[in-house]
Amino acid sequence: MFLGKVVGNVVCTVKNSILEGKKILVVQPLNREGKPKGKPVIALDSVGAGAGETVYWCRGREASFAWFPDEVPTEATIVGIVDHVDIPTRATTDTHG
Amino acid sequence: MLIGRVIGAVWATQKQASHEGQKILYVQPLNLDGSDRGDPLLALDAVDAGAGERVLVTTEGWSAMTAVDRPNSPIDMAVIGIIDTIELEPGTI
Repeated sequence: MFLGKVVGNVVCTVKNSILEGKKILVVQPLNREGKPKGKPVIALDSVGAGAGETVYWCRGREASFAWFPDEVPTEATIVGIVDHVDIPTRATTDTHG
Repeated sequence: MLIGRVIGAVWATQKQASHEGQKILYVQPLNLDGSDRGDPLLALDAVDAGAGERVLVTTEGWSAMTAVDRPNSPIDMAVIGIIDTIELEPGTI
């Protein structure tokens, strides 16, 4: 999974019927400093995420398992809303061994 | 699979039911020489790893789900080992 921030949403009137009622969000991946890094991805929402929230998302075939046993055509799904990221400083300074 | 360093943990109250009770580790992938390789990722913890430890991470869904015993779940990465040592042929790095 990866950390990201919800920065927008996509509206499709015409879409695969299985996608009816599901939110399609724009997610900006974040780096270790919590800053935007890389290009935004489009992800389905499975947890009620909204604009401005930090989330984590799952990619690949596994992304559709958020609705198992329904077969949902998605390659990226938001699977959690992040409360906080806990990074002890010793873990970032200890780079060997 | 890849080698990484656990740099922290991520806390989420609102998440997929299949992630309940699972520790979410924030892992920095590493090159063989120990330097950072790309950006950190989030993996569920199957081996009770902690911050600062060097670990083995699977980045494939079936393996990750199996490791944490949550089949058919939206899980694409899991920490599946805590690395003691890595032996390399001379000149590999």
